[in-house]
Amino acid sequence: MKLAVDLHIHSCLSPCGSEDMTPNNIVNMSKIKGLDVIAVADHNSAKNLSAVAKLANRNGLLFLPAIEVQTKEEVHVLAYLPSVQSALELGEVIYERLLPITNREDLFGSQIIMDENDEEICREERLLLQSADITIDELGQIVKAKAGACVPAHINKRSYSLIHVLGFIPENTFNTLEISTAAPISTVNTASYHLMFNSDAHYLGDINERCAIIRPEERTIKGIIDYINRPLRKAIRKEI
Amino acid sequence: MTIKEIIEVTKATLVTPNIGLSASIEHCCVCDLLSWVMAKGVADSAWITVQTHMNVIAVASLMDMPAIILPDGIVPEDATVNKAVEEGIAIICSQMNAFDICAALSHCGVKGV
Repeated sequence: MKLAVDLHIHSCLSPCGSEDMTPNNIVNMSKIKGLDVIAVADHNSAKNLSAVAKLANRNGLLFLPAIEVQTKEEVHVLAYLPSVQSALELGEVIYERLLPITNREDLFGSQIIMDENDEEICREERLLLQSADITIDELGQIVKAKAGACVPAHINKRSYSLIHVLGFIPENTFNTLEISTAAPISTVNTASYHLMFNSDAHYLGDINERCAIIRPEERTIKGIIDYINRPLRKAIRKEI
Repeated sequence: MTIKEIIEVTKATLVTPNIGLSASIEHCCVCDLLSWVMAKGVADSAWITVQTHMNVIAVASLMDMPAIILPDGIVPEDATVNKAVEEGIAIICSQMNAFDICAALSHCGVKGV
């Protein structure tokens, strides 16, 4: 089955995300772009997933709940969960591991939590743009126990990327890596890994066109998570 | 200076048992981006970092760096300590901050990389 995806979109809850990234705008823009599956992954929080999930379901889009966790190592890891509820539970764990620093909207931007009518419920007061006191390994274990999947985000970017911060990809940790469509493709040897091409959109216009295609067994959340977790490819080596 | 002397001047604790402490350290770097250390690190130097991921040991091993200094009372994960012992790399934990560690090492003649 071929599905057009964007599995890394920020909402207006991410301080760096545009205030136009409301639940309705994200879902409607994704429809205009012709996508089949989307994931909203805000920094360290799941609090806008419920609104987007309802709208996506109503509009025939498959919605994958996610959080972009900033780990203790200062690496961004996408955590994909099988339900909004399990994403909210992970969000609670992450929240407790954040320093109690209050967001300053003038410096970082607003962190708006919305309902499915794009009405503001409240603003997240704790700064979400910070590292949670959780290692990559522990995050991986928690997400695995919840039947989810972890993917290191935008490994070809210069900041908060696994390869830039930790030098190389730790063995037996990930099966799929995210390549940002907004940065040059890296020269890192990723031959044995599966790659995912997401927008990391902070603005509506940046959401993927039908440019990233995945081939899961089934068009369900479980199908997508299984696809992300599928075993590594055998590295293809060219004999010189 | 030797690793043993570094432990003394930084009031640190050695967390890797059975590691030789007589290696001579002429240089030191302070960096938390491992890719940066892979590009700029030099052999026989000490490395001050707040990172405790196991990859730190791999990079130190790759660059032939015999000692890692964790500042601010940071404690490494067990897996990282085990890997360091396996690779023969000393991890020393100091309560001092990175600046004061640098100052103490500089006072003893250690240079930047």
